[in-house]
Amino acid sequence: MPRLQLEGITRHYPGVKANDGIDLTVAAGEIHAVLGENGAGKSTLMKIIHGSVRPDAGTVRWNGEAVQLASPAMAQALGISMVYQHFSLFETLSVAENVWLGLPRGESLASVARRIEAMGASYDLAVDPRRPLHALSVGERQRVEIIRALLGAPKLLILDEPTSVLAPQAIEGLFATLRRLASEGCSILYVSHKLDEIRALCDRCTVLRGGRVTGEVVPARETPGSLSRLMIGTEPPPLTRIAVQPGPVALSVHALSLPDETVHGTALDQVSLALRTGEILGIAGVSGNGQQALLACLSGERVIGPGGDRAAVRLFGNPVGGLGPRERRALGLHFVPEERLGRGAVPALGLDRNTLLTRTEGIGRVGQLKPRAMHALAARLIERFDVRAGGPGSAASSLSGGNLQKFIVGREIDAEPKVLVVAQPTWGVDVGAAAVIRAELLALRARGAAVLVVSEDLDELFLLCDRLQVIARGRLSPARPISETSPAQVGEWMSGLWPGAGNEGAAVATADGTR
Amino acid sequence: MNETVLLLAAAIASGTPLVLAGLGLLINEKSGVLNLGAEGMMLVAAVAGFATALGTGSEILALGAGAAAGAVAAAAFGVLVIGLNANQYAAGLALSIFGAGLSAFVGIGYVGKKLEGPAAPLAGSIGHWLGELPLVGPLLFRQHPVVWLSLALTLLVAWLLYRTRAGLVLRAVGESPESAHALGYPVRTIRFAAVVTGGALCGVAGACLSVVYAPMWVEGLVAGRGWIALALTTFATWRPGRVLVGAWLFGGVTLLQFHLQAQGVAIASQLLAMLPYLATIVVLALISRNPAWIRANMPASLGRPFHAG
Amino acid sequence: MRAGFLPRFEPRGQPSLALSIASPVIALLLTALLAAVLFVALGKDPWRGLSVFFIEPLSGWRPASEVLLKATPLVLCALGLSLCYRSNIWNVGAEGQFLLGAIAAGGMALWLGGPQGALGGLAAGDGPLAALAGRPLQLPLVLLAGVAGGAAWAAITALLRDRCNANEILVSLMLVYVAQQLLSYLVFGPWKDPKGFNFPQTPTFDPSTWLPPLMAGTRLHWGFVLALIAVPLFWFALFRSWRGFQLDVSGQAPAAARYAGFSARRALWTALLVSGGMAGLAGAMEVAGPLRQLTPHVSTGYGFTAIIVAFVGRLHPVGILLAGILLSMMLIGGEYAQSRLGLPGALTGVFQGSMLFMLLACDTLVRSRVRWPWARRLAP
Repeated sequence: MPRLQLEGITRHYPGVKANDGIDLTVAAGEIHAVLGENGAGKSTLMKIIHGSVRPDAGTVRWNGEAVQLASPAMAQALGISMVYQHFSLFETLSVAENVWLGLPRGESLASVARRIEAMGASYDLAVDPRRPLHALSVGERQRVEIIRALLGAPKLLILDEPTSVLAPQAIEGLFATLRRLASEGCSILYVSHKLDEIRALCDRCTVLRGGRVTGEVVPARETPGSLSRLMIGTEPPPLTRIAVQPGPVALSVHALSLPDETVHGTALDQVSLALRTGEILGIAGVSGNGQQALLACLSGERVIGPGGDRAAVRLFGNPVGGLGPRERRALGLHFVPEERLGRGAVPALGLDRNTLLTRTEGIGRVGQLKPRAMHALAARLIERFDVRAGGPGSAASSLSGGNLQKFIVGREIDAEPKVLVVAQPTWGVDVGAAAVIRAELLALRARGAAVLVVSEDLDELFLLCDRLQVIARGRLSPARPISETSPAQVGEWMSGLWPGAGNEGAAVATADGTR
Repeated sequence: MNETVLLLAAAIASGTPLVLAGLGLLINEKSGVLNLGAEGMMLVAAVAGFATALGTGSEILALGAGAAAGAVAAAAFGVLVIGLNANQYAAGLALSIFGAGLSAFVGIGYVGKKLEGPAAPLAGSIGHWLGELPLVGPLLFRQHPVVWLSLALTLLVAWLLYRTRAGLVLRAVGESPESAHALGYPVRTIRFAAVVTGGALCGVAGACLSVVYAPMWVEGLVAGRGWIALALTTFATWRPGRVLVGAWLFGGVTLLQFHLQAQGVAIASQLLAMLPYLATIVVLALISRNPAWIRANMPASLGRPFHAG
Repeated sequence: MRAGFLPRFEPRGQPSLALSIASPVIALLLTALLAAVLFVALGKDPWRGLSVFFIEPLSGWRPASEVLLKATPLVLCALGLSLCYRSNIWNVGAEGQFLLGAIAAGGMALWLGGPQGALGGLAAGDGPLAALAGRPLQLPLVLLAGVAGGAAWAAITALLRDRCNANEILVSLMLVYVAQQLLSYLVFGPWKDPKGFNFPQTPTFDPSTWLPPLMAGTRLHWGFVLALIAVPLFWFALFRSWRGFQLDVSGQAPAAARYAGFSARRALWTALLVSGGMAGLAGAMEVAGPLRQLTPHVSTGYGFTAIIVAFVGRLHPVGILLAGILLSMMLIGGEYAQSRLGLPGALTGVFQGSMLFMLLACDTLVRSRVRWPWARRLAP
């Protein structure tokens, strides 16, 4: 009898069928992959299994019996635990308290702390139960999530894109833990869009596309190409890179150090980089290692005060550290932020008005708005970058993630910037949109612009970039041409271990590869 | 010396409604909900308490009526904000405006009516002896029992918040309702309970004003204490003990105007009456200057609505 | 654990114009229904009661002129507030800014009115500006003083928020109480009319500082025309200007405003100074118009009622004009209820508060699809 069986699960959202008649079967002790690209309906399906979203139609069977999963608590009572991609943790509480909150009533905090240590020792998931959560790295937080899930003695463990926050070495450790769990009889649902991971780890694999099941396969018997065809319908289109001779330095940062601005953020420590025209420079690294601060300093959202070294950031040789985003844009530096809704675009406003965030076409001489001009600009962006939207007046929030990203990236590229800084260009974007965006970035480079890409996706960086640097704990590694490095080496550097990184203490502290 | 002690005792008495309201709002805010309707809840409860005291002659019933009135008012706010996801600021303002109107409307018949002042709390020879003790006598034992209630509540709230699982859950909901929901906690039910509890305590505070402290009813009797109590949670950086001390300080400031007038200080009474409000502004500005101080203690989701998946 | 008993609300997609008009209308109907129930409970004829609030204030030109008179400060204050609320700056102290406007305007009027001598040494001679021919500047100066007074009062809030990060809700509200005490101090103390039989009031201002009535025989003054002019100006500022757009973005999406490079500080100061100035102007026109002197009761809570006007008017200038007239009707209705039905005037406050309550509830109900948790269990 299968441990979990889904039959005909369907769930609508306004305007989309996120899940459409999905069947899925997981046996005891099986590691079962759910593969699909962004927007295929994986997250909705997992939320249904975990009881936080209810299906419009279909049956969930648990050990053969039909069950109504009305809440996460109910799912948990059955033995279903979930490790979310966005952790369900509390910054101000200690590790033990975080775990305690996820367990049924009746156990003392002290006993939970002891079990955390025991579990850490036996599954290679060491973390100090007394530490406050905000002092933990992303990888350590994931351990807390996993420990919490495991202490509930689950029969089914759901992991949603668990490797997106891990450096390559840490991924191996996670896989070992998961294999061990499966061998003890726990079923695992492994949600991912990364083909090689699924082939390395999973026994079976259900592939989703557009909310429907397109296949159930044994991944070890498939090739990346065949899995990819199931996932997106075709092979990914190849990117064309033409050779460009890099020009002079366009954007440079010299030995920039910054104190921590937020309570729980990472500051910058002696960061240097030099971006040339006609090249794409990539910044790799696990999220939370100072990317936010670096990007804010480059975009001008964080201005270096009069007391700081304003010449540490230079644009074509001129110090710009004291200038705000509008002034930097006027000098040719444009920026695409990681958050689309609420930062790159105002959700409730139309695309036409959203052009006003970074473009001046819609602003008249006396400060009046020109509705027709911004309408025309939005229409042009929609046309040029293949944005699927109701029209230039459609609210930004009504667009899918991929289409909104095409619009935002398009808005900046259409301004023909001399320097473009892009954060996570294709994060959470469907394959089609990702291909459009990457091609546009390469085309911009071919036109002689300087492009800086900050991404957690190593595959993407190796696809796009001419040179790579790695950010770890607020420090930036030296740059390496793509041809002279490898994903393995970059992965190692993501722990802060690059030649000349200095500070042996720091190196030892991060040797677990989670920082 | 003796006069200082009496002044301190009066400051404690005058600060007690603020302690009660402040603790209520603290619980309320720890769940992540900001209720700007404190003033309205206190006004409605003050009328309810006064009417009950006038009708029954029982202070306990009066305070209970105040608690009930505050809880009902808070429940209306809760339905709007938690049930219907209305804007917390706007709904709180609505409650304050509504409470001011309703209390004025209902209370019009009670203006000018007199209550018998509160009796000595501790009767009998032991009570007399306790009351005569130096320092603690006037500070504690000659006080109205509602002062004792406020002390006990402070300890209780501190214990609940920091020593029990229920308190941990409340803090967790206030910090990240999304995470708490994912862990299976009924976020909206918990928030609703916190809002109603907060309303009930604001209600006791309101009734305490009209029944024990004033004791009378006039339109707008609360005179901004609801807002000061809201500011108090910020001053106290959401810590129960600091709410207590802060409330007493404000009680002292409120008293200062009467004291100075009694001393014959030649400052117009209207200018002295500004003191509590000016003090609130000044302290708020000073405390808020250090953002880390506030941010480290403030419930992270305060004021943000929670949309259950 | 239970699945919870509260219904869920899912947005119906893009909010439309029809929907945003629907909810104030429904809220008004619900408030009227509540009022009718209340009248029955108080032993009054509900139709008579409703007509006192919603029909009699408009029956005839005289009562209607009073409605427009009271709508004027409401609309002016609410226009300013709409700017604040759209920038997500919660100025709830329009009442205080209104009072400071009244105080500053009153002070200016007394000063300019020289010889009556209420300001003692300040008013030496024949008034400092009397030399200017025909005194055409008197009234503008009085109104400007009001704008400056209101803006200065709001500037305290802005300054403390900007420099100390102090919560603007609490500061602006505390300043209302301070303003009330300040006004009370002035009319009981230094500005009291020596010939006023010890009433707490200033002397009547010099007629040169009066805001002339719009129509003989009514109290309605030119301020209403100014409010009518302000409506399209605010519409343009909010929806057709670059500065207004920046305020809107900083209110809706602060991170997007930072990304775009719109200054949050400038938004803060702009919104507070403009709304303080508008409230101050309203206060100035109240004393230069119908009152012509300062008393402790310059405002009957206009600044607070204006908050409701702003929300009921959907933070839209045209909506605010209509809502201002509606809420003004309710103010007058309260007076009528007192004189004609023998009901407490505080009834208005009850209706105002419940109207805002209903509006907030209707907003969610009208804009969302309701999902009841038990509906699914009943479905096959």
